[in-house]
Amino acid sequence: MSTSIHVTPGEVAASLALVALAAAISFWRKADLERDIGIATVRSFVQLTAIGYAIKLIFEADTLWLVFALLTVMVLFGALTARSRAKRVPGSFWPLLIALAVAGASTLGLVVALGVFEASARYLVPVGGMVIGNAMTASAVALNRLGDEMADSRARIEATLALGASAEEAAQPTVRRALRSGMITLVDSTKTTGLIFFPGTMVGMLLAGAEPTDAVRLQLILLYTLLGSVSIAALVATLLAYRNFFTPAEQLREPDA
Amino acid sequence: MLFELRDVSLNRGGRTVLDSFSADLPAGVTAIVGPSGAGKSTLLRLLNRLADPDVGSIEFRGEPLSELEPRRLRREVSLVPQLPALLEGTVRDNLAYAAHLARKPLDCERSLSLAGLDPEFAGRRVNELSVGEQQRAMLGRALAQEPAVLLLDEPTSALDHASRDAVEAALMHLRRELEISLVLVSHDPEQARRLGEWVVRVEAGRAIAAGPAAEVLPASGSAP
Repeated sequence: MSTSIHVTPGEVAASLALVALAAAISFWRKADLERDIGIATVRSFVQLTAIGYAIKLIFEADTLWLVFALLTVMVLFGALTARSRAKRVPGSFWPLLIALAVAGASTLGLVVALGVFEASARYLVPVGGMVIGNAMTASAVALNRLGDEMADSRARIEATLALGASAEEAAQPTVRRALRSGMITLVDSTKTTGLIFFPGTMVGMLLAGAEPTDAVRLQLILLYTLLGSVSIAALVATLLAYRNFFTPAEQLREPDA
Repeated sequence: MLFELRDVSLNRGGRTVLDSFSADLPAGVTAIVGPSGAGKSTLLRLLNRLADPDVGSIEFRGEPLSELEPRRLRREVSLVPQLPALLEGTVRDNLAYAAHLARKPLDCERSLSLAGLDPEFAGRRVNELSVGEQQRAMLGRALAQEPAVLLLDEPTSALDHASRDAVEAALMHLRRELEISLVLVSHDPEQARRLGEWVVRVEAGRAIAAGPAAEVLPASGSAP
């Protein structure tokens, strides 16, 4: 059985029909997402094509320095992208950057140390990309929720500070809900995986002609790895970001400050 | 002197909230009275360091407020905000949390009684309470910390007459029972007259008069 398939540019172009359908639905129902769909389509094409060539070079060179450089760039862009989803969190860039770096380094370090994957470009690049991508989504969701919750809970948080609680104690219920928001999507999709959706890696391997049992095992490893990485990312992002809502004197900052 | 404020100014969002505000607040019951938007609530927030002034100085019992550790200060000078903001759970949970923060033993029954609430409210969930009951539960929660000073921001603004009278009676009872000072913000001169021993009148972020209630507030029924 072949383990690789050849996809022609024509086949990729044909799949754009579904993008047109998405844009049409948005236009018809006035969802106002046509521009975003267009940007997403162009960006995905350009970015994936570029990364495809980059990965090809990195696989051929097979040096860990290049892998490290690529993952660093991913962490940086991931933090910048997630920041735009966390507009209500003051100074969200550094918490996000640290969250993605810690999640990526600890998760990849652990799977290599446990012997799940070998420390080579062929494994670290795709797994690292998935880990950082999912960590980015989770931390962006968590900080988005944190920003909304902090704004909605100002009165309760100030009333708690007024009792002499620390910023950490006053923000604790809010931080807990934000962390939960960041983690819940992957936890839920992990619960239903195989029942109502097939995850991407498994689909890709099956399409590429791999044995279903191999596809399932690799998918399970990745799901469990991702569970770890999104938890670490959401935890680090929320724990670092909530402090930015408070002054050193444990006062809630003004929203526009 | 309990609090001494000298040339305190504060801007928020490009607006002057307090403008060279100077006043002395003695121990006892001080009523800060003035129209909406005069800066009264902001003043209370400064007194327990939920905010700091841009310029000017505030002293608490002769010590600069900026040199006091905020958490310790807030347990001693407890603010009850205008809108009830209790934590989820029961009234007892809220009182227990406050007592725990202040490292004080919890006497739930006594704190609720002092706040004018029947002790049977202890087991009630906060989302089952009326606004007036929540307001008194907030007062009870602050009292569970056994503070030296209570800062009360419009404690009866959301209440009907009967609930207002109950809260006012509870405050007067408190003053008699405990060695506690109250700083009370109100837009209602009549309430300031009923409760305040010392009155500070505030307009447009400035203290325009301060002194014993009978001197500062015009006689009831006369033009302001």
